[in-house]
Amino acid sequence: MHIDKDLVAASATSLVLGILADGESYGYAIIKRVNELSGGRMQWTDGMLYPLLHRLERLGHVTSTWRTSAGGRRRKHYAITEDGRRVLAERRKQWDVVADALDQVWRNAQLPPTVAPGWS
Amino acid sequence: MEAAPELETQIAQWCRYLRRHHTISAADVDEMEDHLREQVADLTAMGLSDDEAFLIAVKRMGSTDAISHEFAREHSDRLWKQLVLVPGDERSGDGPSRLELAVVVGLGVAAGISVKLGSTFLEPERLGLNMGLLVLPYLAGYFAWKRRVSLSTIAVAAGAFVLAALVLNAYPFELDGDTVVLATIHAPIALSFAVGLTYVGGKWRSQPRRMDFIRFTGEWFVYYTLLALGGGVLIGLTVAAFDMLDLRADSFVGNWVVVFGAPGAVLVAAWLVEAKQNVVENIAPVLTRVFTPLTVLMLWALLAAIATTRSVNDADRELLILMDLILVLVLGLLLYAMSARDPHRPPELFDRLQLVLVVSALAVNVVMLTAMLTRIAEFGTSPNKIAALGMNVLLLVNLTWSAWLTTGFVRGQRPYAATERWQTGYLPVFGAWAAIVVITLPPIFGFE
Repeated sequence: MHIDKDLVAASATSLVLGILADGESYGYAIIKRVNELSGGRMQWTDGMLYPLLHRLERLGHVTSTWRTSAGGRRRKHYAITEDGRRVLAERRKQWDVVADALDQVWRNAQLPPTVAPGWS
Repeated sequence: MEAAPELETQIAQWCRYLRRHHTISAADVDEMEDHLREQVADLTAMGLSDDEAFLIAVKRMGSTDAISHEFAREHSDRLWKQLVLVPGDERSGDGPSRLELAVVVGLGVAAGISVKLGSTFLEPERLGLNMGLLVLPYLAGYFAWKRRVSLSTIAVAAGAFVLAALVLNAYPFELDGDTVVLATIHAPIALSFAVGLTYVGGKWRSQPRRMDFIRFTGEWFVYYTLLALGGGVLIGLTVAAFDMLDLRADSFVGNWVVVFGAPGAVLVAAWLVEAKQNVVENIAPVLTRVFTPLTVLMLWALLAAIATTRSVNDADRELLILMDLILVLVLGLLLYAMSARDPHRPPELFDRLQLVLVVSALAVNVVMLTAMLTRIAEFGTSPNKIAALGMNVLLLVNLTWSAWLTTGFVRGQRPYAATERWQTGYLPVFGAWAAIVVITLPPIFGFE
């Protein structure tokens, strides 16, 4: 299933902050986690994660530290800040509203014929 | 993770490709390289070949242009190439070293001390005469240190400074005469060629190094002007603020801040130009683009004015000097535009505009010179007239031949390199002329 680009972009910040709220992580591990969480259905363009992480760092939602990986390479680890947690909580409230509204729409609306009744 | 050599080459190539985007820093490339390697390792662990794993990993990373675009949105500052003065931990290798900064500051302070001593012990006229000698050796010293020049080059440059010191101080100048003013103006010009010798690291025959020196002078001038403006504002604010407290700061500022700041800025400006090579676009060539058309208009207005009034004021000496200054301006516009031009590009509109500029300047010069030729004969010679006339002849020769070469280039008969070679080849003539003025004119005119 292809998920619309705008939808991926809108959820990216919350996903990254949410994953980091579980503990410090780094780029590739974050992407892997997103894949696991979505059952491989949310495909990010991996390279785009980094500008996003940098933006979150600039806004003070995450901090970064260079560490050395098991393989001996330099690796940049990101950790969520208090500010980041606050933003995550705020985002969650917003998503709850959106999800709630969508939920009602799904229940009331005439479903398009491509989706067989009884599914969902 | 032992990767096959072929895979290593592919990864290295991908990183190189990424690094070419200047919105992506070296640290970002490291970060993404790590990502790529992990992805490749996971995919090969699933049974894919190196090639397949690499292709998929690169595909998942997305197009480098798109990544670069995203980085540009986040780091818009990186689009403005920054001058990194002191190396940060993330991009070591960029920017000059702390040692160099220490050398520059040390030499700047030494130049300040020299000028302070000079202003304490010398009469104002003698201080002016020696100003180049008090500052420029430190600048030459900086380049001699930076370029690790040979001992023979150091000896030649030092010899030039010693000779200048002897001439300027042993000549029995009449301090209210004309020749002392001439020597004061021409000595720094002649000595800057000694600095140039160290700037080019002793390779004074090399045309590209001479062109580098031309670039340096233009950028140095821009930086020095900016530093002077900034310093002026700061000094003005300081004096005004102290004035509010009924404290007089101006004599301290005049005796110490300016005395140390002005010579120090000579070295700092040189250091900034050195530090910013390849980092920021040169400013001087941009200014020539703006001022070339404007100068053409000014020259045409001047020609029109001469044609309507048909008389040239009898202020012959000032007029000569004024004409010299106009020609120097035109030559400067030519040189600094040339310093940034790609010699392989075909003739374009700007080259024609430059030709118009040179021809207009020559026309103004010829009209004015013929108008006052009789006067020069009438009033006889004076040191100022000789100096101004000599300079005018040098500039006329230079610009006339430039116009000829540029015409050939615009018509496609001659390569641009010919124009370039002419200018870089002609450069020492100005230094030699300045030296001649300093050394020969005062004795000829009895140091008056």
